[in-house]
Amino acid sequence: MFGMKVLMLGWEFPPYKTGGLGTACYGLTKGLSKLGVDISFVIPKSPKPVSNSFLNLLNAKVNEGLDYSHIHPFFIDSNLLPYSSIDPKTGKRLDRISIRGSKSDSFYGSNLLEEVYIYGEKVKWLSKELDFDLIHAHDWMTYPAGIKVKEASGKKLILHIHATEFDRTGGHPNQSVYNIEKEGFERCDSIVAVSNYTKQVVIEKYGIPESKVKVLHNAVDVKDKVYQRDKRPIKIFSKDHIVLFLGRLTIQKGPEYFLDAAKKVLEFEPNTKFFIAGSGDMMQQMMEKAVHLGISDKVFFTGFLTGEDIDRIYKRADVYVMPSVSEPFGITPLEAMANGTPTVISKQSGVSEILKNTLTVDFWDIDEMTNKIVALLRYKTLQHTLSKHGFFEVKKITWDSRAEECKKIYEEVLGIS
Amino acid sequence: MVNICFYFQVHQPHRINRYRVFDIGDSEAYFDEKKNFEIMEKVSKKCYIPTTRMLIDLMEKYPDFKVAFSFSGVFIEQAKRYFPNTYYLFKRICSSENTEVLAETYYHSLSFLHSRDEFKEQIDKHGELIRAEFGKTPSCFRNTELIYSNWIADFVAQLGFKTILAEGADSILKGRSPNKVYTNPSKNIKVLLKNFQLSDDIAFRFSERGWKEWPLTAEKYSHWIDQLRDNSELIGLFMDYETFGEHQWRDTGIFDFFRHFIDIGIKKGYSFLNPSEASERLEPKGIFDCPHYLSWADTERDLSAWQGNPLQNEALKKLHEIESLVKNSGDEELLRKWRSLQTSDHFYYMCTKYFNDGDVHKYFNPYDTPYEAYIYFMNIFSDIKERLSAEKNQKETESKKIKEEITTN
Repeated sequence: MFGMKVLMLGWEFPPYKTGGLGTACYGLTKGLSKLGVDISFVIPKSPKPVSNSFLNLLNAKVNEGLDYSHIHPFFIDSNLLPYSSIDPKTGKRLDRISIRGSKSDSFYGSNLLEEVYIYGEKVKWLSKELDFDLIHAHDWMTYPAGIKVKEASGKKLILHIHATEFDRTGGHPNQSVYNIEKEGFERCDSIVAVSNYTKQVVIEKYGIPESKVKVLHNAVDVKDKVYQRDKRPIKIFSKDHIVLFLGRLTIQKGPEYFLDAAKKVLEFEPNTKFFIAGSGDMMQQMMEKAVHLGISDKVFFTGFLTGEDIDRIYKRADVYVMPSVSEPFGITPLEAMANGTPTVISKQSGVSEILKNTLTVDFWDIDEMTNKIVALLRYKTLQHTLSKHGFFEVKKITWDSRAEECKKIYEEVLGIS
Repeated sequence: MVNICFYFQVHQPHRINRYRVFDIGDSEAYFDEKKNFEIMEKVSKKCYIPTTRMLIDLMEKYPDFKVAFSFSGVFIEQAKRYFPNTYYLFKRICSSENTEVLAETYYHSLSFLHSRDEFKEQIDKHGELIRAEFGKTPSCFRNTELIYSNWIADFVAQLGFKTILAEGADSILKGRSPNKVYTNPSKNIKVLLKNFQLSDDIAFRFSERGWKEWPLTAEKYSHWIDQLRDNSELIGLFMDYETFGEHQWRDTGIFDFFRHFIDIGIKKGYSFLNPSEASERLEPKGIFDCPHYLSWADTERDLSAWQGNPLQNEALKKLHEIESLVKNSGDEELLRKWRSLQTSDHFYYMCTKYFNDGDVHKYFNPYDTPYEAYIYFMNIFSDIKERLSAEKNQKETESKKIKEEITTN
């Protein structure tokens, strides 16, 4: 259908990013706009920007070929940030950075759930002035807003799942968040999950009928990237192997399994350094664990990386490991592959469903993880083959083709095809 | 007169263990005996037993019905060990004069690529096995996966073989019929060709519902053969034995199809010839000149299924690099293991040609990815290498000791 209009309840645009959710919203929106889909993109925006203004970033993106005749951003003052959750025991927010802002902000809710509710009300009021055919909301904090808009407008609602509460909490969901998700899944018209893995979670843990859940895998935009494996942009430890973990240091991402494997890899390949890039609530615990394992001189915590540094560390690494305990999708292996880095990834991930040129392991199988890391370090032909094949594979996983799939889902929901 | 030549390939590799880096220097359990047993049992029940019984029935019913088999040595080893019923049934069918048994390399290997000595030794070893097991001396040779080239034909002709099998590829025939007997350019061996169209109709397309000829009936198939009658002398129907019941399951009707096709063929007066018989009776009608390697695999019909990427090339090359070390070690068990690693399947599992032939490869691959196949293989190779150097060191210290003793005395 020409001129389809979508109200997208999304998250931030890169390069200011905190993970896969923002990247996914951005990539999908860009791809849809190229197909002529008109998108009103609603984003929570901090009333007090810390360092980077969203608007400036958005302006920077104009040069990247975003078509603003089809994308209409709307900013709503809110302190919501993606990946927020609540500690099931204390009722406090699990991650200190999950809500930004200070006490003096007038819109600041007393807790996260209230903030989610307030955001929903604001989106509802905004939507009354907008023209759209359907609503597409990303992750639980926008679901109540989606439902409110659906009720007010009578339009169809699609809920997009990038992660469920089960993934975020390592299987110990906060009941309130779970309830919001479940209510959303029941009341929406269609659900889009980022993998079959996630689809199964929705069916099994939320009791949603299979037919209601579509799968739309994530992608990356590296079409223009040129293969260059031999560049070693970081000169440190030039004689050593480097094995990389990159992700939030949370229970979901499995950093402790990475350290357990590191200990064993060192038995076979002593000249190996392990980089842990990222921050999160398990940082201290992981540092202590490295000490406890007696490998603290081999493990380096880089903290949270942004922009160029991410590509540099990917390029330098001989192996990238994603040991996630539960990963609805997991976009980092695609980024590693785009930088020509061979990957070892958890079978408990959505991304493993679509990748061929990778090595997969069960996150708990430390011996097999070790075996595969050591094989990549020892067998250079394997390293080079995975590097090259992986690179060319990931180039084909584009948001443009995902946008086409997404548009088909829209047409199905609207009953036009 | 329609002459038909059936040849069935019977082979199972010794699949290797998920041999981890932790096992290097620690474990000599290279082969996954449990899996090898399970597969032999499964394929025996689905294919070897029922198909061989069917063929025996047909041979009893029609005294002129003939078939040829090629058994890899590693298959016979495993059938004997894991499923004797299969082994004895093959012994039974091979006791018939109407059954020909072909020659190949004992280890179903790619040894011809790196070592002619090894190639010959494996052909000899296989010949001894066939004589011992079936009391027959093969005179027709077929190389692993029907891999063929002029030099291979010359080489086996020198070894005394009269006939060799090859894929009837149009790239070589250039419009000539595959249904005739040819010779190699040196004219010292006759070449019988696989009619890949008709063979693959059974082996690959039989149960494919998307195929425009589906369902394939025996009537239709024999009608196709009748159409070739005027211009044909020998129709080579060469395929994996596992086609029956394993690649094409029983419920596809493959057994009924085959039985019925033979019934019709006998009625129509087809004659069934074994390769050696065909080779003796029929005059060559041209030169089959194949300077490069030709195989029966995939759409490329070259070596790319086993030697198409750097992983496969390196694994095979490295394995052959230690040939003299293994042979000089005098360790028979190690030699057997080293040779079992040469079986082409191990390299097939490392194939990365996903996008065209991917499905077939995936079906036959016991590992998640080709990369895993490579890792386990290379870990085993590392272990063998370590053992050899340990043995060497030990020998050197021993001889040093002896020398010292001699000098002190």
